[in-house]
Amino acid sequence: MLTNLTYNLMIKRLSAVGTGCVLALSMLATSGCKDHSGGGTANSTEIKVGEYASLTGDTATFGQSTHLGIQMAIDEANASGGVNGKKFVLVTEDDASKPDQAQSVVTKLITQDKVVAMLGEVASTRSMRGGAVCQQSQIPMISPSSTNPKVTQVGNYVFRVCFTDDFQGAVDAKFAHDQGYKKVAVFKDLKSDYSVGFSDVFSKEFAKLGGAITNVQSYQSGDTDFKAQLNSLKAGNPEAVLVPGYYTEMGTIARQAKDVGLNVPLLGGDGWDSPDLIPGAGTALEGSFFADHYFATELKDPATQTFIQAFKAKNGKDPDALAALGYDAGKVLIDAVKRAKTIDGPGIRDAIAATKDFPGVTGKITMDANRNARKSALVFQIKGKEFKVFKTYTPEQVGQ
Amino acid sequence: MNGSAGQARLHSAPSSPVTWWAIRLATVFGVLGALFIASKILTANIDPYYFQLIILSGIYITLAVSLNLINGITGQFSIGHAGFYAVGAYVGAAWTMLMQPHVVKSLPILTLGTPAGDALNLLIALLLGAGAAGLAGFIVGLPSLRLRGDYLAIVTLGFGEVIRGILLNLDVVGGPRGLSGIPGLVKSNDLAVFWVFLIVVLVIAVSRNLLQSVRGLTWLSVREDEVAADAMGVDTTSVKVTAFVIGSGFAGAAGVLFAHFFTGISPDYFDMNNSIIITTMVILGGTGSVTGAVLAATILTVLPELLRPLKDYRMVIFSTTLIVMMLTRPQGIFGTKELGYGLFRRLLPGRKEPIGGKGSL
Amino acid sequence: MQGFVQNLIYGIQLGSLYALIALGYTMVYGVLRLINFAHGDVYMVGAFMGFYACTRWLPFQDLSAHPEAGGRNVALALVALLIVMAICALLGIIIERFAYRPLRNGLKTADAHFWGMGIALPIAARLAPLLSMKGMFIWLVLGLVLGFALRPVIAWLSKRIKLTSSRLNALITAIGVSLLLENGGLLVFGANPNFVPNVVPERNLMLPGGIQVGSSQLAILVISLILMGALRYIVLYTRRGKAMRAISHDIEAAKLMGIDTDNVISFTFALGAALAGAGGAMVSVLTHIKITPLFGLQPGLKAFVAAVLGGAGNIPGAVVGGLVMGVAETFVAASKYNTFKDSIAFCILILVLLVRPAGLFGKNVAEKV
Repeated sequence: MLTNLTYNLMIKRLSAVGTGCVLALSMLATSGCKDHSGGGTANSTEIKVGEYASLTGDTATFGQSTHLGIQMAIDEANASGGVNGKKFVLVTEDDASKPDQAQSVVTKLITQDKVVAMLGEVASTRSMRGGAVCQQSQIPMISPSSTNPKVTQVGNYVFRVCFTDDFQGAVDAKFAHDQGYKKVAVFKDLKSDYSVGFSDVFSKEFAKLGGAITNVQSYQSGDTDFKAQLNSLKAGNPEAVLVPGYYTEMGTIARQAKDVGLNVPLLGGDGWDSPDLIPGAGTALEGSFFADHYFATELKDPATQTFIQAFKAKNGKDPDALAALGYDAGKVLIDAVKRAKTIDGPGIRDAIAATKDFPGVTGKITMDANRNARKSALVFQIKGKEFKVFKTYTPEQVGQ
Repeated sequence: MNGSAGQARLHSAPSSPVTWWAIRLATVFGVLGALFIASKILTANIDPYYFQLIILSGIYITLAVSLNLINGITGQFSIGHAGFYAVGAYVGAAWTMLMQPHVVKSLPILTLGTPAGDALNLLIALLLGAGAAGLAGFIVGLPSLRLRGDYLAIVTLGFGEVIRGILLNLDVVGGPRGLSGIPGLVKSNDLAVFWVFLIVVLVIAVSRNLLQSVRGLTWLSVREDEVAADAMGVDTTSVKVTAFVIGSGFAGAAGVLFAHFFTGISPDYFDMNNSIIITTMVILGGTGSVTGAVLAATILTVLPELLRPLKDYRMVIFSTTLIVMMLTRPQGIFGTKELGYGLFRRLLPGRKEPIGGKGSL
Repeated sequence: MQGFVQNLIYGIQLGSLYALIALGYTMVYGVLRLINFAHGDVYMVGAFMGFYACTRWLPFQDLSAHPEAGGRNVALALVALLIVMAICALLGIIIERFAYRPLRNGLKTADAHFWGMGIALPIAARLAPLLSMKGMFIWLVLGLVLGFALRPVIAWLSKRIKLTSSRLNALITAIGVSLLLENGGLLVFGANPNFVPNVVPERNLMLPGGIQVGSSQLAILVISLILMGALRYIVLYTRRGKAMRAISHDIEAAKLMGIDTDNVISFTFALGAALAGAGGAMVSVLTHIKITPLFGLQPGLKAFVAAVLGGAGNIPGAVVGGLVMGVAETFVAASKYNTFKDSIAFCILILVLLVRPAGLFGKNVAEKV
């Protein structure tokens, strides 16, 4: 028998949670209000491919270049009829150079746009975040130019068409050794998995070759004042400084290095590869070096030149390494779709994994057991307003 | 002990302890069952995009209602809530990714992939995350006792940033690069929605029950006039700190859910912008109103998604809304009013008058 | 030892910038007891105005092609500085009028015009790049139209609402304005980083002891000192300055003495904004750092801590606070805990607020019951 009191008590309790439920349900009603268009598996007349890139923000030139390369590959495929009569549709999303946003746009591409494959990203940190989502949703992802080994370790749905920093870091170490440097300082970007991984590999390899790391300092991308750390590095009297960061900070770092009196060449990696590198630095980067992917407009290889001419005709400017890698990533994906048993995530994944000796404009691409590609590297020197090819390194030359 | 009018009893024991407990347990199981059914219905054939939206809304509702405990009910202005959110997310993720692999060796029941293992792991992560966040809330709340008004606001902002700074330096959880690949711990959509709903209902129930109880009155008195409350013998210290602990604990729980259902976290996500978004939700809904917080959180999570074409303008609209609200209706949509109790009373049969006759609460 | 002195010099250079921004915070807090969160974003706007002045508005000559144009460029740079300070002063006045004054005095129909311009801004930004003739024109016309359209709305609103201006409301409004400036900036300036090219000749000077000072850093220090000196003169020796001090002491008494408080408050905002704008312009033009619409947030917060450290409302305190913050940050950056260099600002903030909320130079005012 319920007394009035207990009754009221019950009402109180229930009304509290009841309100919660009513409100929660009303929320769901409003969000589910939109009509569920599409839903389910991919459209049967088109193959939707997602791309997430940093079209704006700190590393905007990375995304913009890569996008042009990918777009060209897709357009070429569609011009020659697509695959089994189905055309490719490229859905591109901008992640504003932010890892959190990379994660959310990849989620959006997979859940809302229902893409069957993903292309992206350039920055390793963003590739790892996007890759985790792709792995969980079983959508294959090809990164055109992320070089940190951890990217493909996310899972068997994540691939790349470029080399890893295990190689690139070793290249810079061998190069420093070949240039006769015995003492090198390291200045890494803690916000970037790429930079941290690169520095670690370099330090190990350089030590193996008999060199010494004088000092390791760090910064975070987004910082504007590096003088204190550069002053610290100067104290160790290095003959060169490794700065494997992204081009956005390089200009300021190079200038401030000169300001503090650290007048030694700087060494970098493919993170420097951008048309915005030199404008930001003025003359401060003159004579510095950086390792990069095997692509340059002066390479005489006919396939490379064909690509360069076609790209120039389409976009009005020369392609850089990132555009070339974007193109290769797109081509590898298209080739895999052609070979895939079923045009869905798992089917395309298996086809990508079987890629062997694919002729890319950045070199022959074979997916090894870790889903990485084995490529050569170039070392560029900055002379005036241009990057000039200085040296070539193959994996064998650095003992890999 | 009959319910005789004239005796104003707000919260006293029923006729027997058995009935008391029976009612409580019935309510609890009833709610759990209802949640389970609701989650199953909602997620049948659901578009994964809307599923994400539901989860995110639930998380933000929890955050807004938990902040409302601190801001609205005890009147302490805190704009560092994202810090507690972050603590919960990181501690929960640390359990699942770093500690669980070691513990599972001695406690095989915790193996991931099994329904019991997943549920237990999520439960442990929630408890650890909420606990750690509650501890953080204690640490933040205690020294803040000396400060009032905008100085308190600034100090909480500072604490939020310090927490973020500490996380930036903890390489074991990725430092500035963040932590990705956190396992989801839920095999199906309806289970995920169930967990989120559970926490939402919990935080709403706690808030509402607090408001309706005698203890709630002391909390409200601290908001209205702290000095007077102190003079009346209310332990303002304990009230304010408890508010911080409970509020931050729930924020931590929300963080654990976020970390596990969204695969990746980084310190940059839990920045001042996020704190301000949560604060805006509370203000928009009405500082002090649980209903308001729930509604505002839902609107402010769902609306930006519906307005995706205006993506660039999202934060501009946001900030303009904030300014306009402050200039035209600073008390928010609901002010301090609530929806629910009055409504329910009118809908259900039984007494229409409050206990003790009109004129009392 | 050389490293220590060198870092000290860097710290002072950084600190002088923080001091410039902190002055704005402290002056506004002094007269209004309001923490103007949007102040850091005025610094950002100043930086962008400096960028545009050097790349588009003024005829700077490329130094690598015409090395002899150095002197002329320096003169132009000073002109640019004055232009930027004027623009930012105007921005400060607009912010005060648009967001903070209605909280004090209630909504007036004249506010409709500011609201109109504000709403018109993002719409115009969508239709044409704002910093062009077409963009400006669209913005002006649209703003005026909306302003007149909003007048009756504001009139209706002002009759129905009673504004309770608590300090918390003002704080939230300030946060809103800050967000608006940042995100509006993203719309207007774009999210991509910008760099000011070399327009002013730069040299490195060697001091005894192997210490290097760049001519740019020296210029920043000197100009900051001049501006602070000018501010001190204004505050101590002019009528307006006296009025400012009166208002920060007791605003009601100041009103009773016949001081037009609204006018003087606007003036205060203008002064503070001009200083922050100058800081922003100098930093962008002379140090060539990356400029994005969000880059004012961190320096703004740190400068705010500096103001609190020195004693909110205390002008010399703000300068000292700024220098302390700059030096602290530089030394932390040079140590092996350099990832804490941004958090140290907040640690200092918490410490100050818990141990001595009045700051180094502030007076401890007991709270009256």
